[in-house]
Amino acid sequence: MRTVIYLGVGILFGIVLFKSEAASWFRIYEMFQFGSFHMYGIIGSAVVIGSVFIQFAKKGKVTSFSGNKINMIPKERGFYRYLLGGIIFGLGWALAGACPGPLFVLAGAGYVPIVIVIIASILGTFLYGLLRDKLPH
Amino acid sequence: MNWIQQPWPWYVAGPLIALVMILLLMLDKKMGMSSNLRTLCAICGAGKTTSFFRFNWKAQRWNLVVALGMVLGGFIGENLLSEDPTVHIASNAITEDLKEMGFSDVDNAYAPDKLYADNVFNDPIILLILIIGGLLVGFGARYAGGCTSGHAISGLSDLQLPSLIAVIGFFIGGLLMVHLIFPLIF
Repeated sequence: MRTVIYLGVGILFGIVLFKSEAASWFRIYEMFQFGSFHMYGIIGSAVVIGSVFIQFAKKGKVTSFSGNKINMIPKERGFYRYLLGGIIFGLGWALAGACPGPLFVLAGAGYVPIVIVIIASILGTFLYGLLRDKLPH
Repeated sequence: MNWIQQPWPWYVAGPLIALVMILLLMLDKKMGMSSNLRTLCAICGAGKTTSFFRFNWKAQRWNLVVALGMVLGGFIGENLLSEDPTVHIASNAITEDLKEMGFSDVDNAYAPDKLYADNVFNDPIILLILIIGGLLVGFGARYAGGCTSGHAISGLSDLQLPSLIAVIGFFIGGLLMVHLIFPLIF
């Protein structure tokens, strides 16, 4: 049963990313050229609504479907990993025109070369695992 | 119902993305798509090489199911919910820039043929660009501990400073790529 729910959430997320064009290379390019409010509106409105919900959840006014408290795990402290990792990610996001969510969406939409990007992103993750101890965090 | 077939505006898409994040929290889970890349490494046996991939990946199966759903969502979006998936860029200046860079199908496609048409498999330069793009996305997301969904949506919603630093990094990287590196490669 739960598997069906997760599948449904994924289908919703995939449809939204496709239909909002957040999975389009052109939209990502346009965003980094500050050519339209579109992508900023998507991320901004999601964050505003999300933060209102999380504030309520943290005060214990909302519990999860199973009745548990909704816990937000704080990210580890650090600076370099977030800035340097973020810059590396941003370079790739702009070049491929897709972040991890849209990678899956574009595969479903039938853009076959995205498979190359997906495989390379798995290799990139593996590479990080190999080099992790040598990197500043 | 005609609006469903048109591109969805930000004020529809943003709240729906928030809904996805909220649904996952209500299911006692956390939104984060790049975690799936780490899980896939673990499934492929990367744990034999590095402890970073030695974790109970079976506990992450739910997220792989979400990713599978996203593949289906992409299929449905393209084939059932779009009369015409063409992306229209608002600014003429950007459209002209893209044409000059060789993206001749701007305003005429969802993803550029230059990078995502089937014939790119015969073009080693484009293949290299796609591989480098993927390596950077995968490496950077794991180094930063999350991608757009984990940091820009989920982390910023929780007002986490590390996520703000990561998102600033995403933009530094994206701006460098588009403004400094694109003129050299396209």
